[in-house]
Amino acid sequence: MLFTERHSRPAIRFILIQNRAGKTRLAKWYMQFDDDEKQKLIEEVHAVVTVRDAKHTNFVEFRNFKIIYRRYAGLYFCICVDVTDNNLAYLEGIHNFVEVLNEYFHNVCELDLVFNFYKVYTVVDEMFLAGEIRETSQTKVLKQLLMLQSLE
Amino acid sequence: MSPSVPLQEMIRAIRSARTQCEERGVIQRECAAIRAQFRQADNGGRSHNLAKLLYVHMLGYPAHFGQMECVRMIASPRYSEKRVGYLGAMMLLDEKQDASLLITNSIKNDLSNSNQYIQSLALCTLACMGSAEMCRDLAPEIDRLLRASNSYIKKKAALCAVHIVRKVHDLGELFTKAARSLLTEKNHGVVHGAVVLITELCERNSETLERFRKTVPDLVQIMKGLVISGYSPDHDVAGISDPFLQVRILRLLRILGRNNEGASDAMNDLLAQVATNTDSTKTVGNAVLYETVLTVLDIKSESGLRVLAVNILGRFLLNNDRNIRYIAMTSLQKIVGTDHNAVQRHRGTIVDCLKDQDASVKRRALDLSLALVSASNIRSMMKELLSFLSSCPPELRSQTASGIFNAAERYAPSQRWHIDTILHVLTTAGGDVRDETVPNLIQLITNTSELHCYTVHKLYRALLSDISQQPLVQVACWCIGEYGDLLLRGECQETEPVQVTEDDVLDVLETVLQSHMSFPSTRGFALTATMKLSTRITENVDRIRSIVSIYGSCIDVELQQRAVEYNALFKKYDHMRAAVLERMPVIEKNSQGHINGETIKESQTVKVKPGEPQQPANQVCDLLDLLGGSEQPLQPSPALGSTAPPMPVSTANTVGGDLLDLLGGLEPTPITPVATVTVYEKDGVTVTLSCEKQSDSGLTVTLTASNSTESDIRGFTLQAAVPKSVQLHMKAPSGDSLPARGAAKVTQMVVLNNPNKVNLKMRLRISYTSQGSAVQDTVQIDSFPGLGQ
Repeated sequence: MLFTERHSRPAIRFILIQNRAGKTRLAKWYMQFDDDEKQKLIEEVHAVVTVRDAKHTNFVEFRNFKIIYRRYAGLYFCICVDVTDNNLAYLEGIHNFVEVLNEYFHNVCELDLVFNFYKVYTVVDEMFLAGEIRETSQTKVLKQLLMLQSLE
Repeated sequence: MSPSVPLQEMIRAIRSARTQCEERGVIQRECAAIRAQFRQADNGGRSHNLAKLLYVHMLGYPAHFGQMECVRMIASPRYSEKRVGYLGAMMLLDEKQDASLLITNSIKNDLSNSNQYIQSLALCTLACMGSAEMCRDLAPEIDRLLRASNSYIKKKAALCAVHIVRKVHDLGELFTKAARSLLTEKNHGVVHGAVVLITELCERNSETLERFRKTVPDLVQIMKGLVISGYSPDHDVAGISDPFLQVRILRLLRILGRNNEGASDAMNDLLAQVATNTDSTKTVGNAVLYETVLTVLDIKSESGLRVLAVNILGRFLLNNDRNIRYIAMTSLQKIVGTDHNAVQRHRGTIVDCLKDQDASVKRRALDLSLALVSASNIRSMMKELLSFLSSCPPELRSQTASGIFNAAERYAPSQRWHIDTILHVLTTAGGDVRDETVPNLIQLITNTSELHCYTVHKLYRALLSDISQQPLVQVACWCIGEYGDLLLRGECQETEPVQVTEDDVLDVLETVLQSHMSFPSTRGFALTATMKLSTRITENVDRIRSIVSIYGSCIDVELQQRAVEYNALFKKYDHMRAAVLERMPVIEKNSQGHINGETIKESQTVKVKPGEPQQPANQVCDLLDLLGGSEQPLQPSPALGSTAPPMPVSTANTVGGDLLDLLGGLEPTPITPVATVTVYEKDGVTVTLSCEKQSDSGLTVTLTASNSTESDIRGFTLQAAVPKSVQLHMKAPSGDSLPARGAAKVTQMVVLNNPNKVNLKMRLRISYTSQGSAVQDTVQIDSFPGLGQ
């Protein structure tokens, strides 16, 4: 396996938050895609993820990479990673992220994510960067977010 | 803090639209308003407008007219405007847009800003959408930030450096030293960033990898600190201290330890410690354990550690959580080749996973099960696999079927078991098997002569119940045709015999012939089988005659041709019918190379007919093989002509014979050879060779054969093969019988053309029948007399 081939791409290709109807609540792309490619990916991920239920695993093989997803109430949090990555670690990463959102928005619900969409992007950028997990300490992230908030 | 009022209002307006059309109308109005606002001079509400535009973009509507606004906002001194501007840049601008270059300067300035949050915005944007040129411009800045700033910035700078290295590979050199020193920091986030950066650098460049091997002790130290240390509130997740960092370090250790003894030794203890101490009741712990297992299996670890790793995977297999079972099987698949015994211990659990409800888990379990089949467990495994076949999802069927066939072929405990298994597969999943199954099965059946009776009874019963599975029907028809007499005899040792009359058998075959479910090839099988029965049954030959003549006007050309020929066999050549339709000899399975395989299969499926062509076909193939499967078109002596027309060979022989007789008077007189060499002499049969150069590259070779034994030799044939670039053309021999005591000779001329002037060699195969037994021999001719070689 040639090193360079594998790693010219980031570990995380994109992060998506979608609701059951297919509306995107957050789309963060760490790789170069055209607009129509992005739209197609969003639709495909939605199709693949919404047909699965509790008796399926949380990992789906998708094109030539895989999607780690988890459903919280009506929202699907999906992270698209390379096939060789550690599934369980990213599953924990999703959960970490959701817990931070929960803390920040005080019992977050979908509407919070809709009306405060740019804040959600801030949270994502605090925890993930350049396609990798960046900050994992919830307390630290929350502290930073409050600081940023005060600047606005 | 709630979002700005205008933004809120717009969101509410969009959400209250009841149809797609209404929504589009609202959005168009809003966009027009935003565009107007952009054109105006600086006003307080700029950030709100851009935010509105970004929301619209998230819903999927085009928003590129906001790009220049983003650029302007980034340059603004106010934080709130910068913030929205950068967010807009990340969402709307990408490498392909020209506007992205315009923000390079702003980013550069912001990277040196005194406010760390503005620095972080710039870093974030660069890491997200920085193009190669931007990266090259700003790389020195990032390096500076990696060394001298606070930890908040260092974290982000490290990952930004990762992005830069991905975009511009050469800049990796720039960051190596800084990355090394970052490892010593206390801040987890910084260490995490450093580890990611080092991983990226090592994966790109093997020299850097060598250099970073020295950091293994440091990494081990950090890991130890994480594993042993007490509760650390900041980074604790369900009792494990910063699992994400642990996972990343383990991964880096894997890369550093791969193929390197020294590094692997250094991390042995640590890995053992992590594997045993990590709490595996929650997913987090399992994530760390899984990464540890992957590392252990990839580096040069000692065997005790490997066993430990495989045991952990085994424990995963028993876990209730389906996710964990799935990843355990994925890893086991990778090591089943090398640590086969260790994986065998968990066979029971793996086989249970075949019944899981998730299709991807089933697929993994299937792959693993097939890899674990061995001679000792074949019977029990096959039971499981067969029951899986009947209930598995359709996309896995053909894979399962071929896996079962392979396993059966390698480890079948008895012939009867083998045949039973294949029949079982054909009845359950007949539509999904590969095409070569039918000839393979036929060949297997002919090889087990003691089971012919059993097989034909079983197949007959299967045919009675269901004629839709084509491979099964084809095999059944063939068997009934061949062994119909055994069926009619009504006695069988292995299974309870069925009492069939000749009419029943013919009924079944006719049903197959007439059914709309039968493929044309299947009907071909059935017609031939019907014909073969004419010699094996006694009373209903007329019925067969009428069936055959009906199909003489069938629309399907193949069937029509067959029927017409069989008709001819009834009428004109009735005396030959018995010989033509007698029992076939055992078909040899030629397993060397595809060319041979293809030819044999062709001659079996297409020529399910008079047994004689089988021998010559074999000979042709074997000769091909002798020359290393060279594609040199071989000219078998014309008297054989086996692969060409489907005419019964005896007829061809007669016809050919007639022709030869016609030409009898014109028999070419053997050319007085310039020099003669005896190339073969055995059992009284002598073959001599002489050659004459016709042109620069052409050569005529004459082969003469004689027989000095006391008995006549019949069916004497010669076949020749030459190297690839040489062209060969064999003329008709003068005859095919050698009377005793050298009373007459047989000569055959071979014309060779050697344009490339290669070293001329010829391999000759001699076959004949003497005193009732067939003899075959091969001889290689390396030098030709008179050629001056």
